[in-house]
Parts: sequence; structure tokens; C-alpha cells
Amino acid sequence: MIDVLYFAWVRERIGLPKERVETGAATVAELVEELKAREERYAAAFADLSALRVALDQELSEFDAPLAGVREVAFFPPMTGG
Amino acid sequence: MAVRVQEEPFALGAEVEAFAAGRRDAGAVVSFTGIVRDLASGDLNRMVIEHYPGMTQAALEAIEAQARERWELRDCLIIHRHGEMAPGDMIMMVATASPHRADAFEAAEFLMDYLKSRAPFWKKEITAQGESWVESKAEDEDALARW
Repeated sequence: MIDVLYFAWVRERIGLPKERVETGAATVAELVEELKAREERYAAAFADLSALRVALDQELSEFDAPLAGVREVAFFPPMTGG
Repeated sequence: MAVRVQEEPFALGAEVEAFAAGRRDAGAVVSFTGIVRDLASGDLNRMVIEHYPGMTQAALEAIEAQARERWELRDCLIIHRHGEMAPGDMIMMVATASPHRADAFEAAEFLMDYLKSRAPFWKKEITAQGESWVESKAEDEDALARW
């Protein structure tokens, strides 16, 4: 089981801030494919990965990164702080 | 060295005064403040800033640590708010203290460039017509290349 978090418009499009996901995905990209296959709202949120960023255990990462040992995955749009 | 992520407003004058007061080790203090800017149309009601509580503090501390490695800094302060704000409200501030002003200025700019696109904050603008997430700009990402 892995905690999956969503922020900003990703959270709004998917309709929840956080969920626990049972997954056998080896990489972030594989997890994204599993989520997209679930429902249209996931497919819509993950339609364009270039518009998204991912953090693994609260550190920025890449979509081809392995998920082994990861407890928390977060998806969000490019950050707009400052 | 301090990083504060908070919902409540901060007092800019008091923060900068406390940061600069009594220093004998730094001849230069630079501060930058980010303020909620109204839209060109003048109809921004409010801004909401969302963040990633588990990650924000650590991300800002990592950015601050990089600045301390690259420039001669005696002290550094980052305050960033989240939650609801009105046009004119202060969103965030950074301050740097260094023996030399070039280091203080450059480090402050570096902190700003990095926290704009590497710290997990997202701005949403709310007007009478509706709400929309602020999109990141290509130049914000490009700004990192010069460092």
C-alpha cells in the first residue's frame, strides 16, 4: 500500500486530496497508467504529464523513478510560490 | 537561520528590524517581500495559497542550505504564508545578511528564484467571475538556469 496525494488542480480534478492505493507498479509512470485506467477523472488529471510534477516521500522526483520502498507519492502542477 | 511556513500575517518592519539589529558580523542586509498583486482588470477578490505541509519546510530548508553553501551568509530568513489573502497582503519575505552586499543581493535573488518553482506552493486567484490556478511561467523555470 502506498499513500497517493494530490494538490491544486490535480486534487480538484480527481476529487480527493489523498488515498491509499494497492499497487504493483514498479515506477511512477506505471502507477500513473494504473490510475488512468480506473476512471475518467484520473485519465483527465493525468492526460498531460508534462503539466505535472511528482514527489516521492516529499522530495521532487521524475516519472521514470522506481517506486520500491516509497511510502508517499504526490502529484501536483508546477509550483507557483513566491 | 530560520524558515517559517505559516498561515498568519507577519510584520515586515519588525521582522527586518529583528533580523538586522545588533549585527556586527554582517555589513549588508537585503530583504525582499512578495505581495498579492491585483489582476490587470482590478477584480481580484482574494488569493488562496495551498501547500504540501509535509514537504514545504524541508524544501525551503534545502534551498536555504544551498544558498549558504554558495554565498558568504551570516544569516538567512524565509517566511512564506499559506491560506487566504487579499490584494495588497504580504505573501512571503526573504532576508539575507552577509559581510558584503553582492552576496546578500545574489543570495536573496537565488532564494526567490528557487522557492518560486521548487517549493510546493500553489496560488489560486478568485474573482467575481470564478477561480483559477495561477500557471507557472517558462521564465520562472529559465531563471534557475543562471544559477
